[in-house]
Amino acid sequence: MTYAIEISDLKKRYEGGFEALKGIDLKVEKGDFFALLGPNGAGKSTTIGILCSLVNKSSGKVSIFGTDVDENFAKAKKYLGVVPQEFNFNVFETVFNVVVTQAGFYGISKVVAAERAEKYLKQLDLWDKRNDQSRMLSGGMKRRLMIARALIHEPEVLILDEPTAGVDIELRRSMWEFIKKLNEQGTTIILTTHYLEEAEQLCRNIAIINAGEIVENTSVKALLKTLNQETFILDLDVSVPDGWDLPEFNIVISKDATTIEVEVIKGQSINAIFKALDAISVNVVSMRNKSNRLEELFVKLIKG
Amino acid sequence: MKNSEIWIAFYTILVREIRRFTRIWPQTLLPPAITMSLYFAIFGNLIGDRIGEMGGFSYMQYIVPGLIMMSVITNSYSNVSSSFFSAKFQHSVQELLVSPTPNWIILLGYTLGGVARGLCVGLIVTVLSLFFTHLALENLFLTVLVVCLTAVMFSLGGFVNAIYAKSFDDVSIVPTFILTPLTYLGGVFYSIDLLPDFWQSISMLNPVLYMVNAFRYGILGVSDINVYWALVIVSVFIVLLFWFGLRLLNQGKGIRN
Repeated sequence: MTYAIEISDLKKRYEGGFEALKGIDLKVEKGDFFALLGPNGAGKSTTIGILCSLVNKSSGKVSIFGTDVDENFAKAKKYLGVVPQEFNFNVFETVFNVVVTQAGFYGISKVVAAERAEKYLKQLDLWDKRNDQSRMLSGGMKRRLMIARALIHEPEVLILDEPTAGVDIELRRSMWEFIKKLNEQGTTIILTTHYLEEAEQLCRNIAIINAGEIVENTSVKALLKTLNQETFILDLDVSVPDGWDLPEFNIVISKDATTIEVEVIKGQSINAIFKALDAISVNVVSMRNKSNRLEELFVKLIKG
Repeated sequence: MKNSEIWIAFYTILVREIRRFTRIWPQTLLPPAITMSLYFAIFGNLIGDRIGEMGGFSYMQYIVPGLIMMSVITNSYSNVSSSFFSAKFQHSVQELLVSPTPNWIILLGYTLGGVARGLCVGLIVTVLSLFFTHLALENLFLTVLVVCLTAVMFSLGGFVNAIYAKSFDDVSIVPTFILTPLTYLGGVFYSIDLLPDFWQSISMLNPVLYMVNAFRYGILGVSDINVYWALVIVSVFIVLLFWFGLRLLNQGKGIRN
């Protein structure tokens, strides 16, 4: 099977001796929506930097769609589109020129580049700003500009390094809708983010990296199944009576007694809570997870 | 990359570089025009009349080729050093690094961008000089060849400077402390025949002397040195600097971790 990305025994030691990657192995399937998670300094950006040739690897093998980057870096690079964490375009260029110039670096003719620039700038709501200097854009617009620029050569793999950092909720949602559509059309997406709920909602597979090592690499579903305990918040139509409790569950009742937090351990049935509430004529209006499930696992894995 | 794609990438870099220095023309094209006009007015007209002839020409005619060459050298060098360092500084160089553009095309694109500015400024200064004096053109081919090769050489020098530079100070150190003294002592304002033997020998170690004199030979037909030596020296420097610049790019010096 040809993977979109295949990394084996990848090591990186920076000048000064810091070992950022200690021989990681990673495979990303074609068409996947893949999350690479880890705390700051874990090695995420180094891994991505090596993939897109901004960081020199110390040793190991990296293949993109079966093309070894050491053997044919030019071909391998064509598969990749990169949206970095920091704004890295020429701020004095116009929005249109930023995108069209990038196309030129991929050997795309001006006519095709102009057509694609129009297509992607329109899709990302930047067409009206095409003649503005890019430094005049808002933070969210700059992020979208980097996405348009990364897509101009229509890559097979799109790498997004913290794409929603500092982006407001509405924009974040529209950005994810756009990325999801790209993924549905066949583009492999690799994402790093600190918003773990985003990774939980969007990604199919996940790798967690810590201190230069992959500590988990599985599907999001499989990972979530390993959770032993979840906390649910139940909003009730009326208050529960004073002193109400269920001994088999750990329950925290809010001050107005209309919201309860219930810890459910693996194997326990949440139906018992509904039955108990029904017995005292209290209805559940809504129910949600207290905290992000992935976040709990993440913290557990990182702490070892 | 196919050949056609490679040349599109080259053309893109070159056009971007030309667009950059023409967009900021008050910083790139206007200052040398003003500075050189002042040189022509003060050194050529006011002081030059009292100096008399040099090498069989009026002092004004004698210094014009040197001043044109001085502006070509300074502008070729500073265009590449400032442009590439700015790209490093604001990380926009990553746009190129993530692309399949070969390193030699990156180097060639930036270099010819510097050449374009050097020649553009050289042309402006030449046109301005015609308001002050008459210039004969002894050897058009040699004149164009020398000015182009010199612009290439100093553009490459600017590129190497930008690769090593870690701050804007590092970009200005070489032009201020090395390039300017070498240019001023490179026979722009005088013939080295005026110097004592010892200083004449020392001057012969200055590569700028060869370029200024070869250019002057192309325009006026007089030179302190053998112009063919000048062509050999510039060509050797170009080959060495291109090889060194490419090596630094391949290593990722200053641009890749």
